[in-house]
Amino acid sequence: MPETVAAAHHHHNPALVHQFDNEEQQRTASTLGMWIFLATEIMFFGGLFAAYTVYRYLNPHAFAEASHHMSVKAGAINTTVLICSSLTMAMAVRSAQLSSKKATAWFIIVTMIFGIAFLGIKAIEYHEHYVEGAAPGVNWTITGNDARQIELLFCFYFIMTGMHAFHMIVGLGLMSYLLTCTLKNRFSAAYYSPVEIIGLYWHFVDIVWIFLFPMLYLIGQHLKT
Amino acid sequence: MQNAFPLFPESASTMSGQVDALTFFLTLVSGLMTLLIFATITILAIKYRRRSPNDPLPAPIHGSWLLESTWSIVPFLVMLIMFAWGARLFFDNYTPPVGAMEIFVVGKQWMWKVQHPEGQREINELHIPVGRPIMLTMASEDVIHSFFIPAFRVKHDVVPGVGRYSQLWFNATKVGDYHLFCAEYCGNQHSGMTGWIHVMEPADYQAWLSLHGGNATMAQAGETLFGQLGCATCHAPGATPPNLSLTNMYGHPVQLVGGATVLADENYIRESIINPRAKVVLGYPPVMPTYQGQVTEEGVLQLIAYIKSLSRPSERPAANNANAREGTKK
Amino acid sequence: MSTIPLTRLDEPATRQRPNYLNVKSTIGSWLLTTDHKRIAILYLLSITAFFFMGGAFATMIRLELLTPQGDFVTADTYNKLFTMHGLIMVFLFLVPSIPAVLGNFLIPMMIGARDLAFPKINLLSWYLYVFGGIFVVYAALSGGVDTGWTFYTPYSSTYSNSAVITTALGVFVAGFSSILTGLNFIVTIHKMRAPGLTWGKIPLFVWSHYATALIQILGTPVLAITITLLVVERIAHVGIFDPALGGDPVLFQHMFWFYSHPAVYIMILPGMGVISEVIACYSRKAVFGYKVVAASSMAIAILSFLVWGHHLFVSGQSIYAGMVFSLLSFFVAVPSAIKVFNWTATLYKGSISFETPMLYAFGFIGLFTMGGLTGLFLASLGFDVHVTDTYFVIAHFHYVMVGGMVVAYLAGIHYWWPKMTGRMYPEAWARIAAIVVFVGFNLTFFPQFILGYLGMPRRYHVYPPEFQALNVLSTAGASVLAVGYLLPIIYLLWSLKYGAIAPANPWGAKGLEWETPSPPPTDNFIETPIVTELTYDYSKPAEAPIA
Repeated sequence: MPETVAAAHHHHNPALVHQFDNEEQQRTASTLGMWIFLATEIMFFGGLFAAYTVYRYLNPHAFAEASHHMSVKAGAINTTVLICSSLTMAMAVRSAQLSSKKATAWFIIVTMIFGIAFLGIKAIEYHEHYVEGAAPGVNWTITGNDARQIELLFCFYFIMTGMHAFHMIVGLGLMSYLLTCTLKNRFSAAYYSPVEIIGLYWHFVDIVWIFLFPMLYLIGQHLKT
Repeated sequence: MQNAFPLFPESASTMSGQVDALTFFLTLVSGLMTLLIFATITILAIKYRRRSPNDPLPAPIHGSWLLESTWSIVPFLVMLIMFAWGARLFFDNYTPPVGAMEIFVVGKQWMWKVQHPEGQREINELHIPVGRPIMLTMASEDVIHSFFIPAFRVKHDVVPGVGRYSQLWFNATKVGDYHLFCAEYCGNQHSGMTGWIHVMEPADYQAWLSLHGGNATMAQAGETLFGQLGCATCHAPGATPPNLSLTNMYGHPVQLVGGATVLADENYIRESIINPRAKVVLGYPPVMPTYQGQVTEEGVLQLIAYIKSLSRPSERPAANNANAREGTKK
Repeated sequence: MSTIPLTRLDEPATRQRPNYLNVKSTIGSWLLTTDHKRIAILYLLSITAFFFMGGAFATMIRLELLTPQGDFVTADTYNKLFTMHGLIMVFLFLVPSIPAVLGNFLIPMMIGARDLAFPKINLLSWYLYVFGGIFVVYAALSGGVDTGWTFYTPYSSTYSNSAVITTALGVFVAGFSSILTGLNFIVTIHKMRAPGLTWGKIPLFVWSHYATALIQILGTPVLAITITLLVVERIAHVGIFDPALGGDPVLFQHMFWFYSHPAVYIMILPGMGVISEVIACYSRKAVFGYKVVAASSMAIAILSFLVWGHHLFVSGQSIYAGMVFSLLSFFVAVPSAIKVFNWTATLYKGSISFETPMLYAFGFIGLFTMGGLTGLFLASLGFDVHVTDTYFVIAHFHYVMVGGMVVAYLAGIHYWWPKMTGRMYPEAWARIAAIVVFVGFNLTFFPQFILGYLGMPRRYHVYPPEFQALNVLSTAGASVLAVGYLLPIIYLLWSLKYGAIAPANPWGAKGLEWETPSPPPTDNFIETPIVTELTYDYSKPAEAPIA
């Protein structure tokens, strides 16, 4: 007597895609997939952080100098904004789990507002740097003995925060998609996996900032130039 | 032994024979291993070939921890020998002996510029005496190059940037002319960046030196640059405040702002010229300007030669000429 | 015993039964497919195209090297030829080949699944690969890039006047393809195994792809950031890796090789997986030491991340760091050696036949052994100083990449050709081609070991006349090798129309992929199999008749 498992389901969740046998498998596969993607992001940012660390170590003077151009206030506000956005994102996931469509939608909207606020403050910071002549490749007017090294470290500042901002913009796009799906009643206690995994992504982007803020803004503040 | 179909280059330095011996060992072990695998496979494939489609199915043999351990541990031990032998050679290869004769090389697209301390200059050629340890201190003016003498079995990348002097040493054992190659791709004429190492009997070498002398020695050229670039304004031998003088600085430890101590070697001096704020001496404000772009790599080497001479009385420029020409008295 | 309705030999021919190939034939159904098998075929076509492009550049290189002078092409063109040859072969052929073609096709089948975990991401992977490839081809056609595939700075960041940015972006995009493929494989293997298929029962092909996927997801992002920094430097004229502007060129080398060394294991591990399957089948025996071979794949993946500094022995890296990397490089050789011994031991008391895939497998073991052993030479510091940046290194990596990887790829293509296409290839011609490849390959690359020890540096457009004889020998070998590569194209294409119809299991092999028709239906299995027997249990005959 053959032992087989029928692949076709007759009363399955419409969200179940054909390659999976059941919702459990689909949910855990999606979650694992997102965790692996985040691992690749850790390696990506990790390489960047490693390069930055090497240059910082080799150029202590320039680093101290560059640190003093950073606005700790702006950075601290941004950190608070992002942490709050992670809270509202987590609330959105919870609301989706509880099948609360309205709450889910509102939490996603608030998360997006926080995200946009972050990007806005970042844009102001970038503009400040540009105006004061500290934008490598675009408007660099700082001179002096280790101007080249300061420029190098500013490069890293812009690349690191720029990469982060890019990931946030992608995150906002993902949020819009989530919002659209929420408003179309796609999520409920039976199926909320996209909210959960995009939430994971958002938290990751937040954590990257938690590293960036001390590395770029805080550590060098006490150094004398 | 060069015949019509050579398998290895001429052996012309104290290192060549040692590297060839290691190669012989590696080849022997690898050859034996390869033969063993080839033979085993051939024998097994013939002995256990399927003679008809109705041959019985083989019984499964799932593994043997004894075999796995043996053929993991034994090769591993052999590899440790390969590692240790190679590491030992490598260490010797990159540890120049004290008292080696120094020659300075600057690589740039697409030529090797050689400066002897007594002032002789060559391009794409290097004349050296046989039987003496020679140390090359090398810098690049543009991209990464690599100085390679197959007959000596030596090679080192020449990398641009501060803290990047590459040092290579060898002791030639056979008179003759040997290839010099650039071994790191450096652009359009990478394969044209080749030259010759001329190993000569000591007497011939002296004759060559005299024939090509007449330039200022490196230390003398350095002294001239020292004045031209305005270094003497702060660093003249009798400078005030004292300790800005560079006499007896080379080769001694220097205390830096921030607590670290470094040895004042060639890399330190070059970095201080190009990027003075990287290492600031304790007790001094960081006011030295950078000379990046105002002095070539060759110029830096000359300045270093001059500063080194301030620490070794017998090599001071003023007293040096007679010694350099005869190349004997110390 | 896996029990699935099986194809009988006397079933109607392939053409009539619906399978993944004939179920729909529009261009759209191919270009928008999410069927892993169709995506594998899409990859097969694009990878073959890039292989021949890279091979064309190699042909021109070998023609130039027939004479010591630069009389065939200019220095600039030559520098672009070897750069493009390396880039295309590494990023557009070697890295994707077995995983994207054979892995995509077979992994779901081998574990009893209907498809990979993320079929749409699989399709996206192919498009990213093609776009990355188009960038590279565009760069080649609009003047080429001349930095060497390794892009060392500051030459690539500041001095080169060639299409560095376009090429680098192409590599970046292709890298994402690799990351997504790896991600897909890991989730699939973790989550979609059929009931009863425990980790200790999955085929060694699957183990090797799992190990490969780990390297893909962890290593490739570092290449991505390295390329990003290089591109930013070139566009904004800032000094990330340029020492004149405060940067460190050796940092570039560290970051580049942090990916590129594990990358070579991305290339070889899948090949090793193929060989495990082939040896088991044509010896009618389970691979000796299954657990050890599976563990070796994982050990290679982990250790591969610890040895990158062996590319920097003469770069000015500290000699103590050099010693650490040298020692670790010897460590990583041990699991590879173990595999070779296990494959050899599989032959003992087996029942061995010599179909083409097995011939290629034998070739692989011999050539990979030689290539791997010369890797030990290079790991030995004192030896490496003399031969690094010479033809010895070129010979070494061609032995493992071409003698190893390409031979394994050909073994796999032939072995699974009946499954993928429903046709048998002509055995006699295929055996001839295998022998031609083996002979041509050795003729081409063995002389290069000698050339390297004699001192001929790599990337040389012109060379001293005493190196000519060996170069001529090498080029002669290359012409033989080229024939060996062209033959399969001809007879495999021929077989699509005129080859014998293939049954479900022409080789009498064990494995879930052989328990479904050739070619398989779109959903692979009619019903999800439940696995109860051991892998490679050749002591019981295969259910389908042996062809």
